[in-house]
Amino acid sequence: METKDFLRSLVNADGVSGYEAGIAELIEDVFLEFCDSVERDKLGNLIALKRGEGSNPRPKIMLAAHMDEIGLIVTKIDEDGFLRFTEVGGFDPRTLLAQEVTVHGRRKLPGIIGVKPPHIVSPEESKKATPMNEMFIDIGLPEKEARELVSVGDTITINRRFTEMQNNSAFAKAFDDRAGVAVLHTTMKQLSNLKHKADIFFVATVQEEITLGGAFVSTYGLIPDIGIAIDVGHGNFPGSAEYETIEMGKGPGISMGANIHPYVYKELIATAETHKISHQKEIVPGASGTDAWAMQIVREGVATAVISIPLRYMHTSVETLVLDDIEETGRLLAHFLTRIDVDWMGGLGYVDTEVK
Amino acid sequence: MKEMIRRFTEAYGPSGNELVRDIITEEIKDYADEIRVDALGNLIAIKRPTGNDSGKTIMVDAHMDEIGLVITHIDEKGFLRFTNVGGISPSVTMGQRVIFANGTIGVIGIEVKDVEGPKDIKLEKMFIDIGASSREEARELVEVGDICTYHRPLEMAKDRLIAKAMDDRIGCVAIAQTLKELKETPHTIAFVFAAQEEVGLRGATTAAYQINPDFAIAVDITVTSDTPKGHTMEIDLGKGTAIKIKDRSMITQPKVKDMLIKTAKENNIPYQLEVLEFGGTDAGAINLSRGGVPAGVLSIPCRYAHTPNEMVDLRDVQATIDLLKIVLSQPFEL
Amino acid sequence: MLIQRLSEAFGVSGNEEEVRNLILEEAKPYINHYWIDALGNLIVYKGPKEGKEANLPKIMLAAHMDEIGFMISHIENNGLLRFEKVGGIDDRILPSKEVIVGKEKIPGVIGLKAIHLQKPHERQQVMSSDQLLIDIGARSKEQAEKLVKIGDYATFTPRFSDFGKDLLKGKAFDDRVGCAVLLELLKEDLPVHLYAAFTVQEEIGLRGAGVAAYRINPDYAFTVEGTTCADIPVSEEHNKVTRLGRGPAISFMDRTSIADRDLVRTMIQQAEEHNIPYQWRETTFGGNDAGRIHTTREGIKTASIAVPARYIHSPQSVINVNDFNNTVKLLSYTLTRIGKGGIVK
Repeated sequence: METKDFLRSLVNADGVSGYEAGIAELIEDVFLEFCDSVERDKLGNLIALKRGEGSNPRPKIMLAAHMDEIGLIVTKIDEDGFLRFTEVGGFDPRTLLAQEVTVHGRRKLPGIIGVKPPHIVSPEESKKATPMNEMFIDIGLPEKEARELVSVGDTITINRRFTEMQNNSAFAKAFDDRAGVAVLHTTMKQLSNLKHKADIFFVATVQEEITLGGAFVSTYGLIPDIGIAIDVGHGNFPGSAEYETIEMGKGPGISMGANIHPYVYKELIATAETHKISHQKEIVPGASGTDAWAMQIVREGVATAVISIPLRYMHTSVETLVLDDIEETGRLLAHFLTRIDVDWMGGLGYVDTEVK
Repeated sequence: MKEMIRRFTEAYGPSGNELVRDIITEEIKDYADEIRVDALGNLIAIKRPTGNDSGKTIMVDAHMDEIGLVITHIDEKGFLRFTNVGGISPSVTMGQRVIFANGTIGVIGIEVKDVEGPKDIKLEKMFIDIGASSREEARELVEVGDICTYHRPLEMAKDRLIAKAMDDRIGCVAIAQTLKELKETPHTIAFVFAAQEEVGLRGATTAAYQINPDFAIAVDITVTSDTPKGHTMEIDLGKGTAIKIKDRSMITQPKVKDMLIKTAKENNIPYQLEVLEFGGTDAGAINLSRGGVPAGVLSIPCRYAHTPNEMVDLRDVQATIDLLKIVLSQPFEL
Repeated sequence: MLIQRLSEAFGVSGNEEEVRNLILEEAKPYINHYWIDALGNLIVYKGPKEGKEANLPKIMLAAHMDEIGFMISHIENNGLLRFEKVGGIDDRILPSKEVIVGKEKIPGVIGLKAIHLQKPHERQQVMSSDQLLIDIGARSKEQAEKLVKIGDYATFTPRFSDFGKDLLKGKAFDDRVGCAVLLELLKEDLPVHLYAAFTVQEEIGLRGAGVAAYRINPDYAFTVEGTTCADIPVSEEHNKVTRLGRGPAISFMDRTSIADRDLVRTMIQQAEEHNIPYQWRETTFGGNDAGRIHTTREGIKTASIAVPARYIHSPQSVINVNDFNNTVKLLSYTLTRIGKGGIVK
């Protein structure tokens, strides 16, 4: 399957944090084409193993991209059948008004996030962002019928279809971080034409948007030598500072900072330079806000890195990216993975020395 | 059970100094196969399978700590400065009586100068008066680092009970009662009366690591929507146990949620569904222990949480025990 | 002087190598084993005289090597450097400070528009860090790029010295003073299996200590800190937190942990028995590595002791030498007691 088509299928499907099982099903067969095994752990992380050719013990490399997306969840059904809701993960409430949504009830129900008509909005009100607790979803049903189909706790997603735009760019919801899952796909595909000694675990994680929980438990289970999170990074846009963003279409951002092991960073940069892979440097002075933040501190600690796909309008329903960046990120990772063997691991600088 | 509720809620046990442990131990010791206390002070009671089946290892958790006030400074006149242990509301704290581990009673006062309206009511401006007239006199009874709690007896109002520390002694009552009534089980069950929940789910974190369960249920309280302009949710006092769907610490896995709902329905146990926009429970920590633990929460609806007047309905407590007992007494697959 | 070298070493969170090398060299003569892990924590082990197999408690002492500082985020066309803060730094202290940038320690300043050029209302406002720039004297981006790369770390320029009566001043006493305490204790023969963990990344979220504790899995742990001290004119009597010269500060609770009561009792009993002054850390504000250590694995009894330091997280913090010595002494007695007679219950 083409990575683009795979990505389309992923973002057109819905899987809010905690409800990723349907997404995992879409991923499983596609990954199996290139991997030796695919399994799910107790929290629903999907873990695909592509075995290396080295002799035992082989280094274990974990690539993580999260398959959950932010969404909404029903808190209450009122006496007129309107739904009240809260968020799962972080939305800018200003992007929600007048959106078409799908309520994942007993069956999928279309809904609209209603809004007061301008004619009855006071001038002061019109200048103020509407908070989420004043919003409601209209599913066009009276309370009794609504309750037959919808329950408190049902998830809600915004309706948006993957759409291609100019210059091989596209918009969709949930590129954060299904684009990362697409990178896993293109990485394993490109890697199958190359030789690698290490065992590679491609992990589509759950619940990144709420607790980084999927990364914590899957890392605990796998005990990898290196963990790399592939996530989205803020793409440059008028009004955003150059130093806070990466550029669209110029390849993956390779992060540096405390969450990133300096040797892994150096090797990623060296890989990019050797193979003339376009890339950008991104600084992370503290929390990276990615699965790597969790992976790094599991058990005795893991050498981690963060790779970002440039993305505009993060955490909205019109997330925008350049598809070339996904391919380029995969190329970076595939070539990076071929460098790793037992000797290479020595560069991580671990020490275990008896003194006297 | 009402007597147990009285004993548990009136006992002293803020986070980090959960002396209520002894009272709980007394209540359950004849029903557990093994009882231990760990490094953080969790009380863990193990019940082994009653037959030859080797079912699952299940962790059942309710936290025994309560919110409190910790002394940070004793001044030369014998007044005590303090700060919060867990989620303490300054406006609720004004005018309360408090009690220390050794029984010393104090009252909350506030600096009068500069305090004009409600916005000036801050813990930094308050102090505790234990009736001492000097630092030396105060230090005979209280030391920096000592913790006090709100001081209130249990009151009853028909099916409803009012007490301090219902959060989460009512959960402790529910799991203790479940342990007592559980005649048969194929599972190994660790009943954990957890320490330090109110300061960040800490006791459950280490208890879950020790027990390494296949499945966990936490019993805690939840807020309600049935008071005038209450929270936006669908939780009423007296309408049954609340099966948690989400809070800030966890989203219940669908298979766990479905199993709890199905069991409640099949056994005609009243239940409600809880989506909580804030807060978290021990289940959030247990859920992420080691390689992941499927976990659910049964919440007992409770009005006026984190005040000295937390109100619950006995019928909800009963529904929680009923559901818990059934889940624990039969085999299940997730 | 060891404290001076530790204070002057450059080790912003995520870049602790220089500090780690210094500590390792200092520790090597006294230890039996050491480890450096994936995050860069340095863990050293010193066994009791009776040897590795001795049936004595396993104690973890933790002090963090990292300090707060800056990371260069962008080089402007005019050669000025934009930066991000690493760890908690109060924006009010930033203007008009000297800094060093990168491995080569390029000198620079954080400049602020002259008062003559400011409008009256500007003078009332605290400049946020994203409005400030580091000037290393470069005239252009090209020139600056020869010396500095994006992602380079920067810190306050060290100016260590004696100060007043019995005091020392310098940067990064939080927590190089703790590192110094651990190094002093490694020189002693204590009846315990001593694991000193020099941790990384404390200032950006207690990142190193948990994985170190997981590896060590000790019976008991103590964190040794340089902690807030506000015995200054503008703070009220009950807000001073700690006071210089009154001995080590013992924590009862902070935002990340509640001190184990038995360990606290043991420390106080030893202080009283040996006439060592001590004080309470009279606040629950802040957090330290104990937060991660005590919830590791099955739970680890943990307490915190600290040398009070005025003006922490600024270019010049101030400690009292006697507090430092008493902290070493109290920990030494405490560990001896635990090794020989267990904790005081």
